[in-house]
Amino acid sequence: MITDILTGAIRSGTSVMLASQGELISERAGVINLGTEGSMLGGALGGFAVTVWTGNPWLGTLAGGLCGLLISAIHAFLVLTCHANQLATGLTIMFFAMGVTSFFGRGFVSEQIVGFNPVAIPYLSEIPFVGQVLFNHDPLTYLSFLLVPLLWFVLFRSRIGVILRATGEREEVLFANGINPKLVRYAAVLAGGFLAGVGGVQLSVAFTHSWVENMVQGRGVVAVALVIFASWKPIRAMIGAYLFGAAQALQLTVQQAGLPISPFFLFMVPYLLTLAALYIVERRQRSQTPEALSRVFTGTSSG
Amino acid sequence: MKTKKVKSLLVLTMALILLITGCSQPGAQQAPAASSGSENAAASDAPAPGADSTAVGFIFVGAKDDYGYNQAAYLGSVGVEETFPDLKVLRAENVPETAEAERVMEQMIKDGAKVIFPTSYGHLDPALNVAKRHPDVAFFHQGGLKTAENLGTYFGTIWEPVYLAGVAAGKMSETGKLGYIVSVPIPQVLLNVNAFQLGAQSVNPDATTSVVFTGSWCDPGQQANAANSLIDSGVDVLSQHQDCTKTVIETAERRGAMSVGYHADASSLAPEGWITSSIWNWPDLYADMEKTAIEGNFKGSIYDGKYRGTLNDNVVQLTELGAGVPDDVKQLVEEKRAELLEGTLQPFKGPIEDQAGTIRIEDGVTPALDDLEAADFLVKGVIGNIPK
Repeated sequence: MITDILTGAIRSGTSVMLASQGELISERAGVINLGTEGSMLGGALGGFAVTVWTGNPWLGTLAGGLCGLLISAIHAFLVLTCHANQLATGLTIMFFAMGVTSFFGRGFVSEQIVGFNPVAIPYLSEIPFVGQVLFNHDPLTYLSFLLVPLLWFVLFRSRIGVILRATGEREEVLFANGINPKLVRYAAVLAGGFLAGVGGVQLSVAFTHSWVENMVQGRGVVAVALVIFASWKPIRAMIGAYLFGAAQALQLTVQQAGLPISPFFLFMVPYLLTLAALYIVERRQRSQTPEALSRVFTGTSSG
Repeated sequence: MKTKKVKSLLVLTMALILLITGCSQPGAQQAPAASSGSENAAASDAPAPGADSTAVGFIFVGAKDDYGYNQAAYLGSVGVEETFPDLKVLRAENVPETAEAERVMEQMIKDGAKVIFPTSYGHLDPALNVAKRHPDVAFFHQGGLKTAENLGTYFGTIWEPVYLAGVAAGKMSETGKLGYIVSVPIPQVLLNVNAFQLGAQSVNPDATTSVVFTGSWCDPGQQANAANSLIDSGVDVLSQHQDCTKTVIETAERRGAMSVGYHADASSLAPEGWITSSIWNWPDLYADMEKTAIEGNFKGSIYDGKYRGTLNDNVVQLTELGAGVPDDVKQLVEEKRAELLEGTLQPFKGPIEDQAGTIRIEDGVTPALDDLEAADFLVKGVIGNIPK
């Protein structure tokens, strides 16, 4: 039963995890992107459509990532070039993407695809317990396992990471060093959009093999919340995403066990956990918030 | 300080979005109940609702090809189109169950429609509002419990074929564990789950049905979660009461479990594990309702109140059993179908016990349709709880 819950946690948490890693990059550079939900939707539809057309889920993944990137590009342009309010812009883009994907997704609702299927990794999947939980997933999930340590390394052990984090903390320093913080932010938002798009692909092409309008159902919003919960740290964001997935899996297990707890209460649990986590982080006071999240760089010196 | 403010703002926004996205449940509208005759004097002089209509309007809550509820209704509209080639057929998909539905219906009436089919449960209140303003237009609403002078509702006893599907599933299951993925605890849903379990139990006394609520009519992510979770726990036949059925059926097929569909025939999605599906057969009924209205006979017909079609009326059907179903099971289902048609088999004839073992339908009693449509319990053998 615990095996089932943990396996379910990874199955349903992976799309959220990918999106939250993307949002983390964006926020580390100082841009909050509530449009992550929209990028996920774009990715879910783009990935599904290209998989239908080409029969190749890897091309679908690439296309889905690019769709996510395109949607985040709108956010980047409005916020970084036009100095629009980033929260309002992100929200608007989320609803915009819901409409656009519903419109263009009309013809794909009944399409069938051969998407990603779980691949048991030889030997490793035979390890009792661990093998079942970790090594019987779809290829995108394995990639997401590798992504987290990679992102951690880039962020905290490489020059790129220093530049990225400096952009989110003290852009004046970068500016003085001849690096344009605006460009770094653009790159970070686009990279974030790409990952959110791939998260959407995981949902449509790997997990459900379906496209339905508005199928992301708030997972992108949860991803944004998780970044804060994770104090902008990749590994914590991963744990948070799996926790969210585990709450969903637990909910189903509790229902099947016939325990007298209302499923409608259980539906709230993942969100309650997320809110509680936000509260705790907020209470801890030790600020790890990238400082630039509170202002938008104007292109001259400090804001 | 600044950062703290931003974080609080973020949390607030987040909570707001969760509220917005989480509350898109249909049907919370408080429209006034149907008028009961205060305007009768004016209405009796008005032309018969729908008479001499040259156009007909259909509105659907989802996509016409969802392998589910909307696809079935769409096929019904095609039936009307084929029966009345000269009739202009107006269709609108993805019409939300809000005032937006009123707007769409008004537009259709402007375009000449004198007969309107609002096909989703939550389209009822908007339709009642529009019906009040247009006494010359006939409305046929799917599944509604309220009616008006010019608005009748229709539905079918889908639990009859669901019972037969349960018989097939009970025979086919090797583990004796069946799974049922449902949305929200409304009587229609509970009735189906009960019929399915009673059917399975009639051929395998040890069979159980695990019911899982997803809280949504169509969320593929939740559906995949639920399907995987049920299969992990040993369930080998999955059925569902969802609007879009594709994800669950495909997930079951990929994982080697068997499928019982709902609303529409989705056998093409599961060549290996397909058992059968309970479906709506709307085309003939829609065409007949349309004919009644056009000829000016709406009032006083069987359709001006609450019409409920049965297996006998061919309004609900069981699809052909899948290729993997052996002949003896097919024959058994056929026998049970014949008994249902003759009326010698009454799935809900008492004694029926609920999960706690309390008798809910007394020995020998066959509940009336209205009582069945008010079901508020799960029968013995169903695992899971009705959310309170």
